[in-house]
Amino acid sequence: MKNDIIIAGVGGQGILSIAAIIATAAVNNNLYIKQSEIHGMSQRGGEVESHLRISSTPIASDLIPTGAADMIISLEPMEALRYVPWLKPEGWIITNNQPFLNIPNYPPINDILNEIKKIPHHIMMNADEIARELGSEKAANMVVLGAATRCLDIPYEEIEKAIRHFFGRKGEEIVNMNLSALAKGREIAILKLEGEKEKMRDEEMEERRDEENKTVKG
Amino acid sequence: MQKLVLLGDEAIGQAAIDAGLSAIYAYPGTPSTEINEYVMASKEAKEGKIVASWTANEKTAVESALGVSYSGKRSMACMKHVGLNVAADAFINSAITGVNGGMIVVSADDPSMHSSQNEQDSRFYGKFAMLPILEPSNQQEAYDMIHYGFDLSEKFRVPVLFRITTRLAHSRSGIERKAMRNQNPLSLPDDMKQYVLLPAIARKRYQVLLSIQDALEEESENAGNNVYIDGHDKSLGIITTGLAFNYLMENFPNREVPHPILKITQYPLPQKMMQKIVSECKEILVIEEGMPVVEEMLKGILNHDIKIKGRLDGSLPRSGELNPNLVAVALGKPMIKGDDVPSLIVGRPPSLCEGCPHTDSYLALNEAMTEYGKGRVFSDIGCYTLAALPPLEAINSCVDMGASITMARGAADAGLLPAVAVIGDSTFTHSGMTGLLDAVIANSPITVIILDNSTTGMTGGQPSAATGRLKQICLGLGVEENHIRILKPLRKQHTENVRAIKEELAYQGVSVIIPTRECIQTLNRRMREKFKNKKTA
Repeated sequence: MKNDIIIAGVGGQGILSIAAIIATAAVNNNLYIKQSEIHGMSQRGGEVESHLRISSTPIASDLIPTGAADMIISLEPMEALRYVPWLKPEGWIITNNQPFLNIPNYPPINDILNEIKKIPHHIMMNADEIARELGSEKAANMVVLGAATRCLDIPYEEIEKAIRHFFGRKGEEIVNMNLSALAKGREIAILKLEGEKEKMRDEEMEERRDEENKTVKG
Repeated sequence: MQKLVLLGDEAIGQAAIDAGLSAIYAYPGTPSTEINEYVMASKEAKEGKIVASWTANEKTAVESALGVSYSGKRSMACMKHVGLNVAADAFINSAITGVNGGMIVVSADDPSMHSSQNEQDSRFYGKFAMLPILEPSNQQEAYDMIHYGFDLSEKFRVPVLFRITTRLAHSRSGIERKAMRNQNPLSLPDDMKQYVLLPAIARKRYQVLLSIQDALEEESENAGNNVYIDGHDKSLGIITTGLAFNYLMENFPNREVPHPILKITQYPLPQKMMQKIVSECKEILVIEEGMPVVEEMLKGILNHDIKIKGRLDGSLPRSGELNPNLVAVALGKPMIKGDDVPSLIVGRPPSLCEGCPHTDSYLALNEAMTEYGKGRVFSDIGCYTLAALPPLEAINSCVDMGASITMARGAADAGLLPAVAVIGDSTFTHSGMTGLLDAVIANSPITVIILDNSTTGMTGGQPSAATGRLKQICLGLGVEENHIRILKPLRKQHTENVRAIKEELAYQGVSVIIPTRECIQTLNRRMREKFKNKKTA
């Protein structure tokens, strides 16, 4: 088993929390991890990325090679696209669709979202809004993480456990809100994945019908 | 044993605690900061009464560590690579004095300059000082080699340089701990004159240092840290140093490399091992994170018939951090890559935080400077260096810790007036005070702005040695009291602040302006803590 994940966003959005939670869950599940992150200057509102590698066998490099990531988890849509050179052709982008506007030349958001839609496998959601409805916009990172759990080879309960551990000292209320955010994100991903499967089934059926029609006609 | 998930930096901190450390000193600097932070926060360290302390700068850190070692106990000093420049005097001379208790100096290099002004390679310092260097390839090795490093230091009675790079410092992995060992008891050095580097004694001590060089090399050869891994395809031999080994292995998914590999993690270089790989293989590829230190040594300046590939012949880039892809290309493997970054993506440079006091200080300075024009503001190293970028574009230099004041003095001497220095509070106590003393003695017509946000901001908000002392320090250095102006950097005080800066720019002597307001990050953190404590109370 091997998951190579790039976690992206803007300094201060909670990228390192996502990384720490998945990493804790992986280690508790007896998996090897390497998780690289950038501290210092770029944390001041700049682009921030973390490379997270999980594997059942020892991992060599702290950095994921380009074209090898199974997943990009991003808290910001433009930041998700910054790392597509790392994404495998069959890899997933799981991202918040709300732009973080701290630069004067941010491209038109619809152009950004359209670029993401060009990636064959993507899940986008308004994580800010979902988190706000649950009590605090700060939990947006847990919504996105929840959506990503569908593509992770770690049991969901382990992620929950890691969240309890991670937010434990902030009190039961905060823990529960983050768990709800996680669950909501997961729900969105499941709906999206099922929708996609259904679409695939429909397309398949259509193809078969076409085939049958052809045979009938032939 | 349950594995701990730790950053490379944290693994070093934990290892030091477990290996019987008595004291650690550091000045914050990316990517080294988390070592000392980890020890400071450790319950075990507190229980063991380990001293963990931030110091005014890296030089005072190494000197304090040397004092601990003199007293027979194990010590550590940690810094970023450029910090070793500041500490160099103490570091180089500590090789001459030698040590009593084990002493490790950790220097964290920053290739690709993620958060630094250059990418100098600390291994040059190790060689310069003629000291052993350890350069672990991963977090577990970092943990294990700290234990070994203290033994090595106590065996040969010299400090050990421990070199890491950003990617190891700031990457987490599972760590297996060793059993904890006791700290050393207090003891005086056997030779009470050893630390008195009067020429006559220093000459003797230098001979001692020279005399252990062969033994240090033999130790490199036999300690088991440098590893020769044989391979059947001798058309190429590969030498890796430190972390570069991982990028090599990443390119062989089954971890079977057909070529002989010499994995270096300890210096001086093991000559026999080097000889073996060079004589057995037709070509050599040297993969190093950092500068081509080993490659240059191997190449020498004379022509010989071995072909050496690496950063010098373009097989690998001459500068910057390595990664698995760059190593793949050097191995002649294809470059695999996903889609290109869509062309509409723009950069997102770092910027000062919303509500940062520095922004208000710079807005006032920019306005006060309009009548003089651009190009007269010398600055320093910290968050406030971000004012070089739009929209503020307020500063014209950032060279080394403290250089703002001394460069302004020089510019004023040259006739560039007014000359302004902008320096942070922590940078000021790190290396700005002596420069200010120079300016006072020369009565230079400069205006020094000390941005006092009461913390070391860029590295995450460590306490600043300057907090609450700035005015007293400036008075003590001889700045006239009526030319020390404390301002409140707030939007509503703007007009007042501009006026104060203009008045001091007009003054033909040393003036110090101290805009004082707490860093917005530490303020928010403090408020959160307060709120939480109230709630639990």
